[in-house]
Amino acid sequence: MADVATAPNAQADARERTGRKRGPKLDAEQLIELFGIPLIVVVGFVAFAIWRNTATLDSVETNALPWNSIWIQLREHVVLTAVGAMITVVIAVPLGIALTRPGLKRAAPVVVGVANAGQAAPAIGLIVLLAIWFGFGFWTAIVALVLYAVLPVLRNTIVGLQAVDPTLVEAGRGIGMSNLMVLRRIELPLALPVIMSGVRTALVLLVGTAALATFINGGGLGGLLNTGITLFRFPVIVAAAVLIALLALLIEWLGQVLELVFRPKGI
Amino acid sequence: MSETTATSSGSVTGAEIRLENVTKQYAGQKVAAVGDLTLTIPAGEIAMFVGPSGCGKTTSLKMINRLIEPTSGTIMIGGEDSRKRSADELRRTIGYVIQGGSLFPHMTVAKNIALVPKLLGWDDDRIKKRTDELLDLVSLDPSRYRDRYPRELSGGQQQRVGVARGLAADPPVVLMDEPFGAVDPITRQRLQDELLAIQRELRKTIVCVTHDIDEAIKMGDRILILQEGAQVAQYDTPEVVLGSPANEFVEDFVGSGSALKQLSLARVDEVGTFPQTTAKIGESSAEVIQRAQAAGHRSVVVLDERNRPVGWPWLRQLKGEKIVQSEHAPDAIDRRATLNDALDVMLVNGHGGAVVTDAGGAYFGVVDFTSVTDQMRAMQEKAHEVSNG
Repeated sequence: MADVATAPNAQADARERTGRKRGPKLDAEQLIELFGIPLIVVVGFVAFAIWRNTATLDSVETNALPWNSIWIQLREHVVLTAVGAMITVVIAVPLGIALTRPGLKRAAPVVVGVANAGQAAPAIGLIVLLAIWFGFGFWTAIVALVLYAVLPVLRNTIVGLQAVDPTLVEAGRGIGMSNLMVLRRIELPLALPVIMSGVRTALVLLVGTAALATFINGGGLGGLLNTGITLFRFPVIVAAAVLIALLALLIEWLGQVLELVFRPKGI
Repeated sequence: MSETTATSSGSVTGAEIRLENVTKQYAGQKVAAVGDLTLTIPAGEIAMFVGPSGCGKTTSLKMINRLIEPTSGTIMIGGEDSRKRSADELRRTIGYVIQGGSLFPHMTVAKNIALVPKLLGWDDDRIKKRTDELLDLVSLDPSRYRDRYPRELSGGQQQRVGVARGLAADPPVVLMDEPFGAVDPITRQRLQDELLAIQRELRKTIVCVTHDIDEAIKMGDRILILQEGAQVAQYDTPEVVLGSPANEFVEDFVGSGSALKQLSLARVDEVGTFPQTTAKIGESSAEVIQRAQAAGHRSVVVLDERNRPVGWPWLRQLKGEKIVQSEHAPDAIDRRATLNDALDVMLVNGHGGAVVTDAGGAYFGVVDFTSVTDQMRAMQEKAHEVSNG
């Protein structure tokens, strides 16, 4: 994950090389990702729908894969991911900003270390431990997901802000902008691409980890997977895995779109 | 010889800067970064701070706009203590230009320039007018450049925008920190000339840090040479610094070849220019040749419709029926260019002279080699007089 922070620089270099002038223009790899992923997701989902409606399934399998419960779990999964991501950003970005201000700069390694440990802990263990502490349910799952996803956003916020050319900060101060203005109008816009790439990483982590929420009654597509495993029905397991993978691809794509949308013009 | 025109200059809009016993002592350092600096920079002048790296010149500069707060001492700007207002408010009234321009890459040229006027609460119309005016001032076509992003500009253009941003709110005082350190020598020379031309109109008080003694000699009304701890080695006009260095340190710092350096002190204007026969594109060659011969000239300067020199052919090269644009436009120099720059152009063009243009790039006259060497000799004699008391 160390490459997360450097990726935008590499992209910038690539942009430089192709000699493009303005706006978020894309190289071939980005174009393929941008248009290819939705295509794969659509094709994959259509294939799944056809398979679900035409394949001969035994009664257990049919009962495990009713369309309405697939839709409900899919929605739960998306809600888990989205709410988790929002709370993650709301916590991690301000924390990252605070940890790059002169007063708290020295605390940054400690906080990043703690966040690192949070991510290193096995997700399933974290979820179950929290459930014992807070009880079962959606919000406990959210707490676990946020703990898990905070690190990339936090770290990229810190790295992104630290990477802003200090002479630009001084230029801002030198022409009479307050600290807050410099942060809002210069540092944050310039750090945004790096922060957004952290958000994208967090989204991918969240969509995968959300599959574990079902163990503490948090909902999501993990339920389908769990059913398949308990009943030892391969078609159900594969169906659930395929759905989770398609959703993960879609979320990853969304993260990429967000990255492009939030990339300030001119850099 | 044409009349040596007096420098037309605007009225002083700058403010006097006075540093009184200013000291900066960093915690944990034995020697003060700036120790007891007292200095007056008269309104409307350019003061160049030079010295070896680590001598405290940048620290001294940044104390004027309180990017660095002095440990003790007072800084008065226009007779007012700089601590009277908040640092942010103070800085909005002091232009700040940094090496490379330090433009904000995510803002267009216009937005970069408009920052300070916005902070001061100007209305949009006024800001837009001012932005275009400033782009014109720094020789960038507003319609072409205002909506560009910094990375779409060359280094020299970025630096120009940086200067425009520093001047945006018409501040009486402009601070510059190695403003032209990041551009190539030719661009640097051009930017220096442009800044001098702008300064002739605006007459701001400019404080400029540089490590380049030649730049200091060329640009400064006064040069402040600093030793370690911002101890003043000498603070005087370039002529005096070159002619009678205060001590060995200054002598070493100014370096050898001070005769050549003095070339940077005199400007083409002071030497005077000759009129040369001119011709417009499309004129009949025969007429032009006749005119030139009547004036005793062996070459003519070809001008375009905006009176800019576009060619400098010998008469024998005028073969066609009509005057056409030459393949190479002559390397023209500004009226305010230094003799150093003039000599540079003369040495390569084969005419033993150089075409001189005014601030707008229109033809002004021709300066020749003899008048430059005469001027050099006169200056040498004067310098000797000064140093011998």
